[in-house]
Amino acid sequence: MSAVTFTGNSVMDIDAAKVRGAGSNVYFDKVSVAYGTHVVLHPLTLDIAPGEILAMIGPSGSGKTTALRAVAGFVRPASGRIRIGATDVTDLPPYERGLGMVVQNYALFPHMRVEDNVAFGLRAQGADKPLIGERVKDALATVGMATFARRYPRELSGGQQQRVAIARALAVRPRVLLLDEPLSALDAQIRRNMVEEIARLHRSLPGLTILYVTHDQTEALTLADKIAIMRDGRVCSHGPTTELYRRPPNRFTAEFLGRANLLPVTVVEGAGPKGFATARHGDVVLTGAGRDERAGDKSLLCIRPQHLSLTADSEHTNRIVGTLREVHWQGELTHLVLDVGGTPVRVSATKLPTALPEPGARVPLFFAPTDTSLLPEDAGV
Amino acid sequence: MSEALAIGAPTVRKREPGRLWIVPPAALLALLFFYPLALIARQAFLDDSGVANVAEIIRVLNSRFFLNALVNTVTISVAATAGCLIVGLVLALILAFVPFPGSGFIARLIDTFIALPTFLVTLAFTFLYGSAGMLNSGLMEAFSLPLPPVDFLYSTWGVVLAEVTVYTPFILRPLLAAFSLVDRGQIETASVLGARPFRIVRQVILPAAVPAMIAGGSLCLLLTVNEFGIVLFIGAKGVITLPLLIYGKAIQESAYQVACIIAVVNIALSLGLFGLYRFAAGRLGA
Ligand SMILES: Nc1ncnc2c1ncn2[C@@H]1O[C@H](COP(=O)(O)OP(=O)(O)OP(=O)(O)O)[C@@H](O)[C@H]1O
Ligand SMILES: [Mg+2]
Repeated sequence: MSAVTFTGNSVMDIDAAKVRGAGSNVYFDKVSVAYGTHVVLHPLTLDIAPGEILAMIGPSGSGKTTALRAVAGFVRPASGRIRIGATDVTDLPPYERGLGMVVQNYALFPHMRVEDNVAFGLRAQGADKPLIGERVKDALATVGMATFARRYPRELSGGQQQRVAIARALAVRPRVLLLDEPLSALDAQIRRNMVEEIARLHRSLPGLTILYVTHDQTEALTLADKIAIMRDGRVCSHGPTTELYRRPPNRFTAEFLGRANLLPVTVVEGAGPKGFATARHGDVVLTGAGRDERAGDKSLLCIRPQHLSLTADSEHTNRIVGTLREVHWQGELTHLVLDVGGTPVRVSATKLPTALPEPGARVPLFFAPTDTSLLPEDAGV
Repeated sequence: MSEALAIGAPTVRKREPGRLWIVPPAALLALLFFYPLALIARQAFLDDSGVANVAEIIRVLNSRFFLNALVNTVTISVAATAGCLIVGLVLALILAFVPFPGSGFIARLIDTFIALPTFLVTLAFTFLYGSAGMLNSGLMEAFSLPLPPVDFLYSTWGVVLAEVTVYTPFILRPLLAAFSLVDRGQIETASVLGARPFRIVRQVILPAAVPAMIAGGSLCLLLTVNEFGIVLFIGAKGVITLPLLIYGKAIQESAYQVACIIAVVNIALSLGLFGLYRFAAGRLGA
């Protein structure tokens, strides 16, 4: 878990934030949530910096939605405080928190036209007419739905409805935008486009703080500045997206965020000044990026499938040999599954030698020490 | 339906046993429903010795007792329906959106009201609010009053109160059904966007409940226009409605033509309301 950096906003910052629609930080201060005696969120401390996109991902039932609903004000923490900017919102009702929210099924108001849906929050907050008109136009233009203002939600496709839902949330210039699986009702193609659009949207509103709850690691990897991985009501890892992907701190993170091959190894020598340790897998000695392992420690060497190569070169200096079990061709990618000393190892390759070995053949695999990461063996949370 | 039959027709032209099935229900309806109705309508034009008398229709329709009953009927029915809508709406909102333990049980309990005979509620009302009822005797004892202080029961408002009690479940049921379909996500999103509960009820929840309100409301109108037991049981002086007037003219005065003229008006009113109900329900997709 990263160090807590509480960035309190001064009053001036908040005024500026209102003008630009810029965000505040969201700070979970030891927030726990229980339904009856069933604790679904264990004391959680987490800071989302102003303007940051934090993706919260994790398996079903791990407490992601619960954490988001605590920020929105729909579940009361059993303990702890939630602050948004300088405001402690723990005791505020949802309508006084100054947020925007988009949920999985869009939840547009079916009897209102698109423009009235988008104007809803502004009217509720008592904005005056000219301002509402201007903001509605702005918000619809931002999501590319300006020409649909007079339609009813039922006259829109799923992707269009989701854009309207986003416009509706943006129109109030929220301090924080809460997104709970906003794309999971869309099909794969549209989802990819929408992910890119949300990324573009955030570039045009760089101050907007976003809490993005999702199942989908691709969405998280594409959009997020930081990722928090939830498991059984706890954050089991939290950090900048690329770092978390490249150097997963534990087995769960490695396997949840992208695919990972985890070779059981015994540390031979802990990491030196350059950060590389050596470890033994069977009778092969491998070099990998280490942390604080000591000689003799049981450890796991994490190698992503796309970092394994069938050919050696000056960088791919580690070599292991496995028995080829399966070959799956998928167009752009070919997946190989090998058995390396009892551990299944997966290789994803874009280009392969023309003469592919037959299943059952012994195949050498090469990988670079920089593409690996050692993580502790007993890494369950 | 008929189109599908027509398309399938050539192969089975000889005999269409399917079509004959309309005969038994139609005959039954004619015998039990349309024929008696027609008799009533016919009787409205004949005086009690069987001679045509159209002048009597005009006399009755202009008479004080008829107009009085018509006004009473409409007043009571509209007031009771409005009362049912308000009480039903408040109850339904609480039952559907304010989580409290046992709300399901309460909803089912209110539901069982529908199963009870309407005049029983009235009987219970006389025990509670009647001149010798619990409320009055309690008040008389507590403040040593010589006369029962509360006598609203024996008035138009007593009838309205009893009808509201009896018919609210007819509104409550469709409303609860409609509310159970309202997407919680919409309510929550509205709340996050800054809407307070009252605005959410007005702009998010109620629009979704309009078909149920119209359907339930017109059903209430229909039932209260034709309500007989409650009005009779309360027996408030001067509170005569159309059904009560028909009963009085036919059974007590043996004035059959007058009774039938009023009955025709009553039937027309009911059918009109029913038409409204179907129209509203159809248009709003209820
Ligand atoms: N209203 C509730 N009453 C009781 N338990 C609840 C309630 N809402 C959620 N839970 C429980 O809290 C836990 C966390 O739920 P939550 O919705 O936060 O999971 P999630 O991570 O969002 O899952 P998913 O990915 O499936 O949406 C689950 O075990 C769930 O059963
Ligand atoms: Mg969820």
